[in-house]
Amino acid sequence: RSEAPIPDPFWASLSSSSMAATSSAPSLVDTLFQRSLDDLIRSLRSSSSSSVLEAAAITRALDEIRREIRSPDLDTKAVALQKLTYLASLHHLDMSWAAFHALELLPSPSLPHPRVAYLAASLSFHPSSTDLLPLATHQLRKHLAPSPANTPALVAPALHVLALASSADLACHLAPDLLPILSGQSSNPLRPKAIATALRALAVCPDAAPVLFKPLVDCLSLSSEPSAVSAAVSAFCELALAAPDPSPYLPLAPEFYRLLVDSRNNWVLIKVLKIFARLAPLERRLAVRILDPVCQLLRRSPAKSVVFECIRTVLSSLSDHDSAVRLAVDKIKEFLASDDDLNLRYLGLQALAMLGPAYLWAVEESREVVIRSLNDTDTNIRHQALCLIMGMLRESNVVEICNLLFKYAMKSDPDFANEILDAVLATCGRNVYELIVDFDWYVSLLGEMARNPHCAKGDEIERQLVDIGLRVRDARPELVRVARDLLIDPALLGNPFLCRVLSAAAWVSGEYVESSRNLLELVETLLQPRTNLLSLLVRAVYIQAVFKVVTFSFISFIKQIQAFDTKSSADRNSAFENENDVATADKAVIFDSIDNNETIKHESLSHLLDFVETTVGPLSECDNVEIQERARNVLGLIHIIRETQYWDIVAEHELTRDKKISEIVELMEAAFSEELGPVSTNAQKRVTVPEDLILNENLSDLAEVLGDIDVTPCTSISFSLRCHHPTETKEDSAPVIEPSSLLAEHRKRHGLYYLPTEKDEVESNDYPLANEPLLAVSHVDDAKDIVKLTAQSFIPRKAKPTKPRPVVIRLDEGDGDSSSGLTMVKEFKDDLLSGAIRNVLLGNESKPSSSCDMSSDRTSRRGENDASNNNDLFSQPKESNALDGREHRKSSSRKSRHHTRHKEKNGSLGNEDIEETSHRHSTRSSRHQGRHKHRERGDAPPDVVSQEPVIQDFLL
Amino acid sequence: MGIRFVLLVNKQGQTRLAQYYAEHLTLDERRALEGEIVRKCLARTDQQCSFVEHRNYKIVYRRYASLFFLVGVDNDENELAILEFIHLFVETMDRHFGNVCELDIMFHLEKAHFMLEEMVMNGCIVETSKSNILMPIQLMDKAS
Repeated sequence: RSEAPIPDPFWASLSSSSMAATSSAPSLVDTLFQRSLDDLIRSLRSSSSSSVLEAAAITRALDEIRREIRSPDLDTKAVALQKLTYLASLHHLDMSWAAFHALELLPSPSLPHPRVAYLAASLSFHPSSTDLLPLATHQLRKHLAPSPANTPALVAPALHVLALASSADLACHLAPDLLPILSGQSSNPLRPKAIATALRALAVCPDAAPVLFKPLVDCLSLSSEPSAVSAAVSAFCELALAAPDPSPYLPLAPEFYRLLVDSRNNWVLIKVLKIFARLAPLERRLAVRILDPVCQLLRRSPAKSVVFECIRTVLSSLSDHDSAVRLAVDKIKEFLASDDDLNLRYLGLQALAMLGPAYLWAVEESREVVIRSLNDTDTNIRHQALCLIMGMLRESNVVEICNLLFKYAMKSDPDFANEILDAVLATCGRNVYELIVDFDWYVSLLGEMARNPHCAKGDEIERQLVDIGLRVRDARPELVRVARDLLIDPALLGNPFLCRVLSAAAWVSGEYVESSRNLLELVETLLQPRTNLLSLLVRAVYIQAVFKVVTFSFISFIKQIQAFDTKSSADRNSAFENENDVATADKAVIFDSIDNNETIKHESLSHLLDFVETTVGPLSECDNVEIQERARNVLGLIHIIRETQYWDIVAEHELTRDKKISEIVELMEAAFSEELGPVSTNAQKRVTVPEDLILNENLSDLAEVLGDIDVTPCTSISFSLRCHHPTETKEDSAPVIEPSSLLAEHRKRHGLYYLPTEKDEVESNDYPLANEPLLAVSHVDDAKDIVKLTAQSFIPRKAKPTKPRPVVIRLDEGDGDSSSGLTMVKEFKDDLLSGAIRNVLLGNESKPSSSCDMSSDRTSRRGENDASNNNDLFSQPKESNALDGREHRKSSSRKSRHHTRHKEKNGSLGNEDIEETSHRHSTRSSRHQGRHKHRERGDAPPDVVSQEPVIQDFLL
Repeated sequence: MGIRFVLLVNKQGQTRLAQYYAEHLTLDERRALEGEIVRKCLARTDQQCSFVEHRNYKIVYRRYASLFFLVGVDNDENELAILEFIHLFVETMDRHFGNVCELDIMFHLEKAHFMLEEMVMNGCIVETSKSNILMPIQLMDKAS
C-alpha cells in the first residue's frame, strides 16, 4: 500500500482560517474539504513514529471532528462520527460527548448513516454512562418494524445496539417489537440476532419474560432454521447458567434431549451439554436418561471441543455414574497423551483438577504425565500440574512428593521455583501442619528451601521455623541442627531474601540452646565477622541469641559442679546402700546425660567468655540502640560472672560455695525457664482486667465528649485530654450513657489497635459485663488450648483428634454470612426472572407480572401441587396429607438451599438428591397422581398443558 | 455471557479492534485491562498453550501473522469452541479481503465490526456460516 503524505500545512491553514471566520459553526469549507476516514488513518500512520507527533495529530483531528460533527449536512456529520469512532475505539478516547450527534443520524434515509450511528452507539453507549438511548426509542421501533424498507443491514445493527446498551425500561418498551422477528417466518436471517437481543432484554428486565419467553421456546422447534436453533440454545444456556435455581427450565428438557440426540452441529451440542450439566443434578431421572447419549458423544464425536464438553458434563454432573466417569477419565488420558497439542494437554490437566478428592485414583493413574508436565515449556501447564500434585498430597506421600518437588525447584527457573516453594510451604503449613508426620524431615526441608538459590520466600520460612519451634517440642533438636547449618554457612549471609530465615535460625538456636551440640561453635557462628552484612534488627536477634547461649553455658557449668558434688557424695553413700538400685539408676541417667553432653570445663567457659567479650565489646558503641542495648546486656552478664569470688580459682568445686553464684543462677534460670508458646488470635479476651482499672467509669466520661461534638476528628484526642484531669473523672462518676456504644464507636474508629476477637459482636459491645463470666470461660479455653498444644507437640505422629479442623469450618460459615448480603441482591433479581419463566412455562400468566408477585410465585410450582393435593383431600385424605407434608419439607429445603447456594457445590446437591429419592420411591405413585390432577386444571393455556405431559412422560 | 470481549492486537501491542459485550468498563479500565492482557499474552511463545487466565476471565488467543486475536470468555465457556470461533472469524475476513492483513482491518474497521456483529451478539455466537455473515456486507458494497 502506498501512502501519500498529506499536505499538512495546507490543511492547517485552512482549518485555522475557518476557525477564525466562524468560531463555532462549521463552514462550507469544512464540508467541502473534509478529510475522509482514510485520510485520517494515513495521517496517523505517518505520524506514528513518535508519540508526541501522534498525540498532536489526534488532537488536531479531534478539533476537526468537533466542528464537523455539528454540520447540518448529514454526510459531513457521518464522516466526522466515523472518524471519531475510529479514534475512540483504537486510541481509547472518550466519545460520549458525541452521543447526541449519533442519534441525529439515525433517521437518515441513506443506509450508511444509521449504520455509522449504530456502530458508534454500540461501541460507546451503556445505560450506566449514557442515558440518551431512550430518546431514540421511537426511531428504534421504526427500524425494527417489519417493512420492506428495513433491510437486514439496517435492522441488524439496531438489534446489536439494543443487545449491548439497552436499559431495563428501554428493553421493556421494545420487547413487543422484537416479536415479529422472533415469531415471524423461520427463514428470516434476523431471527438469531433477535434471539440474542431478547436474551439481553430478559436479563435486564424480567418483566419481559411473559412476552418473550414463548417465542424463544418456539425457536427450538424442529421447523426452525439451524442458525435460529443454535442462537436459541445459546440463549437458554446463558439463562440456565445465570439462574440461581435452574429448575424452571426443566420442562424444556425434552426439547434439549432431542437436540442432544439429533443435532450434528457442534456449537449446539456444546451448549446443550452445558444446559444438561446444570439441569441433571436437579433431577436424577434426567441424569440417567442423558447418560447414554452423552457417553455416545464422548466415544464417537470427532470434535475435541464436544468431547471436552462431555468430559466436563460427566465430571460435574454425572459423577455418580462410575462407567461414565471411567470413560471420561480415559478420554482425559488421551488428551494428556497428545504430545503435539499443548491446548489439549492443558485442558486435560484442568479436567483432572475438576475431579474431586473422591476420584483421587484418576489423578494417581495419570501421575506420571502430571509430574512430567512440571517440565513443560508452558507456565500455565506447569502451574496446573503443580496444583494437581498439591491436591494429591496425603500424609503417606507428602515426604516423597515434596522431596521430588524440591529437587525440581532447584533446576527450574526462578519464578517457577518460587511458585513451587510457595505451594509446598502453603500445603504443608495448612491447618497447623496437618499433613506433616515427620517433623524432623520437614524442618530439614525448610532449611534446604532456604538454600535454593532462587528462594524468595524467606518470610514464610521464617514464620514456619519459629512456629514449629513453639508448637512441636519433638522437632526442636532437629530444628536447632538445621538452624546451626544455616547460620554457619557464610555464603547465606549476603542474600537479602534469607535475612529473615537467618533471624529465625538465630532465635531458634538461642531459645532452644539446650539442644545444641557445640556451644562454642554456635557462639562463634553467631559472632562471625560477616554478620555485619545483616540488617541491624537481625543482628540484634543474633546478639540476643548469644546472650542466651552464655547464660545457658554458665548455668549448666554450675549445675554440673553441683551434680558432681552430689554424685561423689552419692557414690560414697551407695558404697553403703547398694540396695537402693532404683535411685542410683535414676541418678546415673542424669550423670550420663551430663557426661555425654560434652562437659563444660572451666577453661572452655573462660575461653567462651573471653571470645564473646572481645567480639561483642565493640558493638556496645554501635549507633543502633537495639544492638547497643543487647551488647551491653551481654557484657554486663559476663562482668557479673567474672566478679564472683571464686571465678579465678581453678578449683571448680569452690565455685559452688559462693552464695552470689547460686543467686545469679536462680535469677537467670527464672528469666529463661518459661517456655514460649503460640498465641491465639483471640488472646485479648484472656487478659485479666487489673483490679484498679474501672473500665465502666472511664468510658462513661467519654459520653459527654462524644455526645457534645460529633465533629471530633479523632476520639483518641479526647482520651488523652481526659487523662490529664483525673479529678474530673471522679466527679463524673455516675454513668450517664451506656458505655458499650462508645466502646463500639471507638473500636470502629481505631479497630487497627484492637486484637481480633471472635465474631460475636454482642460480647464485645457489652464490655464490662462480658468480662466477668469470660474469665471463667477463658480458663476452660486455656485448658483446652493446652491440651491441643501438647497433643500436637508430644504426639505429633498421626494422632489428630484435636486438630482445629472444625474451627476452620466454623470460620468459613462466618465468612459466608458476611458475604451473603452482597450475593442476595443479585440472586433476588435472577429469581425474578426464573419466577417469570416458571410462570410462562407452567401457565400462571393470568397473574400480573409485577415484581412482588414474582417473588411470591417463586415456588408456584410446588404451591400448585399443594393446591391439587388439597383437591384430593376429599377422595384420599390420608395419602394427600402425607404428600402435603413431604412437599412442605421439599419447599423449605429448597428455600434454605437458595440461601446457601453460593457456597454449595454440585456434589452436595447430588447428595440431597439421593436423600430425596428415597422418599420419592415410596410416594412416587401418589405424586404422579397429584401431577396428573394438576394437568387437568383448566386455567393454563393449551400449549403449556401440552408441554407438561411431555416432560412427565420423559422424566418418568 | 459467553464471550465478554474480542480484541485484535498487533505485535507491538496496539489495539486494532475492540468489542466488549455485556459488561461496561470505563475507558481507563479498558486501557488497563488491554495493557495487562497484551503483556501477558504477547510474552508467550508458540510452544505455549492458547489459554490464559486473567482476573475473572479466561482468555483464548491465537496468533495469525502479526495479529493476535484475543477473546475473553467466562470461566465455563468451552475453550476449544472459542478457538474455532477465532479461526472462523479470520477465515471470514480472509474470504472478504483476500489474504487479510493488519492494514485491511485498520482501513476497514467498520467492516470488521460488521462481520463480528453478524457472528456474535450479546456474547452469543449467532451465525457460523461464512456466506451468511458476508451477505449483508456484499449487498451494501454492491449498493454503494
